[in-house]
Amino acid sequence: MARYEVYVTYKQGIFDPPGATAERALANLGYEGIESVKIGKYIQIEADADLATVHEMCERLLANPVIEDFRIVAEGEA
Amino acid sequence: MRFGVVVFPGSNCEQDVVHAANHLGFETSYIWHGDTDLGHVDAVILPGGFSYGDYIRCGAVARFSPIMAEVVRFAERGGPVMGICNGFQILTEAHLLPGALLRNSGLKFICHGQPLRVERSACEWLDLPEGAVVDIPVNHNEGNYYCDAETLARLQAGGQIVLRYCEPDGSRAAAGNAPNGAVDDIAGICNERGNVFGLMPHPERAVDPLTGTTDGAPFFTAIAKRLAEVAG
Repeated sequence: MARYEVYVTYKQGIFDPPGATAERALANLGYEGIESVKIGKYIQIEADADLATVHEMCERLLANPVIEDFRIVAEGEA
Repeated sequence: MRFGVVVFPGSNCEQDVVHAANHLGFETSYIWHGDTDLGHVDAVILPGGFSYGDYIRCGAVARFSPIMAEVVRFAERGGPVMGICNGFQILTEAHLLPGALLRNSGLKFICHGQPLRVERSACEWLDLPEGAVVDIPVNHNEGNYYCDAETLARLQAGGQIVLRYCEPDGSRAAAGNAPNGAVDDIAGICNERGNVFGLMPHPERAVDPLTGTTDGAPFFTAIAKRLAEVAG
């Protein structure tokens, strides 16, 4: 059984309202020098599947390639 | 004329759609998402709601429901398909329409009457003249239509932009009129052929005079008229 971690984020240039809100809220709390805050999704998968199959899962269902990028981190044996 | 209304787990506007269509004198049937046959229907409507709890993304799971393979086949044969709100989201996830619906830019669920400008388009579901203004409720959290610049240019060139958010007189404010941040104030689009139509506003809530406006009626009657003409 292999374990994967998947990070799904909006593509460059797509407005991320929750991220923009967090950015403003952090500035309101007095934190300076915040360049940008992006909020995405984190998915854990434990499966008897290879990396190519997990990549396919992301393309078909877990992420929408029209608006999102994804990054898969293979964590080895679960 | 019979409209088939697909019901997914979490759909919640299917009865409104059926009521509106029946009110206008059309027959309707519910189609369960697990079915693999549309039955004898002339047009298919994917209603609003929260199919599969909006998990992963709105429409992302519904898109793989067994009935959707049939809806795609029906659309590819030229069958008329309209997706309202969550139904629009499902159509984009199913790649029957380009782009995607993002979360509203203001982070708020919006629910109010909304003036919409009818654009000149290839859409088979509307026969209103260009520039006509209809007042139809919007009711959503993820209605912020997005597509890249290349797709937007293609939509414009191909007459695929069907409805835009606008001022009550049909004009467009310089700052934009979309209540949700939608690119180019887009409220509804169709495919190149014009038979697949997706829109965020809810025309079914603007058919029975009881709900205040009947501006949504053409969204049901135009396609019926067109199909009757085709059938001769």
